[in-house]
Amino acid sequence: MTTESAATQTTGQSGERGFCGDQSATSLAGAARDYIDRIRGGDMGSLPAVLGLVVLFVIFSILRPESFPSTYNMANLVVQAGAICVLAMGLVPVLLIGDIDLSAGVAGGACAAVMAVLVHSNGQAWYVAVLVALIVAAVIGLAIGGLVAMLGIPSFVVTLAFFLGLQGMTLRVVGQGGAVPVRSEPVLDISNSNVPPTLGWIGVVVLLLGFAAVSIRSQRTKAAAGLQRPPLSLVLVKIGALAVILLVATYLLNQNRARTAIIELSGIPYVVPLVAVLLLVWTFVFTRTTYGRHVYAVGGNREAARRAGINVTRIRISVFVICTVMAAVSGIIAASRLNSVTPGSGGGNTLLYAVGAAVIGGTSLFGGRGQIRDAIIGGLVIATIANGLGLLDQSAYVNFVVTGGVLLLAASVDAISRRRRAATGH
Amino acid sequence: MTATTSPLLQLRGVNKSFGAVHVLHDVDLDIHAGQVTALVGDNGAGKSTLVKAIAGIHGIDSGEYLFEGRPVTVPSPKDASALGIEVVYQDLALCDNLDIVQNMFLGREEVRRLVLDEATMEEKARATLASLSVRTVKSVRQSVASLSGGQRQTVAIAKSVLWNSTVVLLDEPTAALGVAQTRQVLDLVRRLADQGLGVLLISHNMADVLEVSDHITALYLGRVAAHVRAADVTHSQVVELITAGRSGSLGISSADVTA
Repeated sequence: MTTESAATQTTGQSGERGFCGDQSATSLAGAARDYIDRIRGGDMGSLPAVLGLVVLFVIFSILRPESFPSTYNMANLVVQAGAICVLAMGLVPVLLIGDIDLSAGVAGGACAAVMAVLVHSNGQAWYVAVLVALIVAAVIGLAIGGLVAMLGIPSFVVTLAFFLGLQGMTLRVVGQGGAVPVRSEPVLDISNSNVPPTLGWIGVVVLLLGFAAVSIRSQRTKAAAGLQRPPLSLVLVKIGALAVILLVATYLLNQNRARTAIIELSGIPYVVPLVAVLLLVWTFVFTRTTYGRHVYAVGGNREAARRAGINVTRIRISVFVICTVMAAVSGIIAASRLNSVTPGSGGGNTLLYAVGAAVIGGTSLFGGRGQIRDAIIGGLVIATIANGLGLLDQSAYVNFVVTGGVLLLAASVDAISRRRRAATGH
Repeated sequence: MTATTSPLLQLRGVNKSFGAVHVLHDVDLDIHAGQVTALVGDNGAGKSTLVKAIAGIHGIDSGEYLFEGRPVTVPSPKDASALGIEVVYQDLALCDNLDIVQNMFLGREEVRRLVLDEATMEEKARATLASLSVRTVKSVRQSVASLSGGQRQTVAIAKSVLWNSTVVLLDEPTAALGVAQTRQVLDLVRRLADQGLGVLLISHNMADVLEVSDHITALYLGRVAAHVRAADVTHSQVVELITAGRSGSLGISSADVTA
């Protein structure tokens, strides 16, 4: 027996199949200690984004106390964040395997243009138009993924080429200098209508009860089988925190926020349940299925994944398909907010915002680390910056400089955490 | 050769060429259940090629491949795993961002109704690590990035025995390890054999080889120089077999080599 294993046997008095670490995280204090250890070791997760969001809210509330914290602006902020969050959610899988998709923004614009033109010029039903746009997105993603995974061209080159090519496609579809209005009600409703307050309350309560039931049951099952699990108290604290955040947000959004007394404007914007459903679906896929596990494996060590019998080529193609399809959804949400599609849709800083959102949320640019929910937290940070700077009446250049700076800051945090992880072995 | 049972895996007169380069000449190899067979040889002697031939990565040009006495063909790594042959590579093949359980089941996850069955996987991983008396890891849910070299090697070996494997090929398992960690891994290699598996150990370290193995097969320039019982040879005899292809009465004649 070595000194190392002897030490283990004296400290871990667990059963014959136990490991000493099994005991450490079964109390709330133990879980807190583990979390602090992880942060110190460079595994920051979403912490910088959450802190950043709090700081931004405080700063903008102080600078613009009458406009920034108003319920009207909060609803506006949520709608602004919608398109960014969805695009960032699509980018997370691509970042997970250590690639990048620079064309996602304009791919979303091109697909939104396809949808708008089908409705406006061809008189198609909205669902046909949306379906065609999503299929076009899947084909674009397949082409990008194929070039990256089968020909072995670096993803940033392929997607840079698509970045230019797809802008040409949007220009061709929309027509020179023009803009295609979005006329179908269901699409416009995404960003311009609200869930009736009663329905909103019911939805949020059902969601919370479902979340509580699933997490408590999972904890109990693991405890019964003697497997590693978080302490029940930690699970309850997490449920409580989520309940407070969601209930307060629902309460605020269900207030009448109309700026004139004639009309009433209240309820959760429809984009929120849409983003929530996408978040739940992709979180399930990437944490609970074999496919998701394999994406993480390819991002962590491509050679190990290949030797384990995983079809690395197929996994790499699939994440580009997911990314482009999500980009199309994001493009449609953006078109719904602006009521039209222009040749410039999805260009400019759209992609920068989304990559920034994913990285700020805690997804690593080096692959293998990150979660779908990072996109939501990071998307809120980016949308808050854009929204707050808008209220401060800053020139456009300030917005560019600040957003670029924030992206660089997030990437630096990512790179520094990576070095720290390498040094401390987390 | 004193083993009473027939070998689990047998190679008879195996030849392998890469273009004009004849890498393996009429190689014979036996791997017995419950015993550790060491494969030694200098750089370029053909050890890696032989392992890859057994694992199905390289096809063989001629010769017989017998598994449990039956002739088989192993055209791909999948066929090798189907027979219960697992390889633990030198450069480990673990994903740093996944935990121990996730790594052990990578590519062969347990699934129940389309959802990963984490409970069953953790249960089985614990049982396997416990059966190998692996106690040095803190927790089975620890990320592999936080493990030491010896612990990583341990996880890689434990991964290979999880699959009801019958033969485990270990490529230089102690090459990059310190003294205490080498000890752990050698103990583990011995326990694999004690559980009835056939173990092929490739190593440069003569002390490790003599300590842990039952048989030694020495390769010299693509030929089997000698197949001996570890108890019958000394350290310097093995070194001579590796460097010169013969040692006293053991090994191949110089005429054979130049032929």
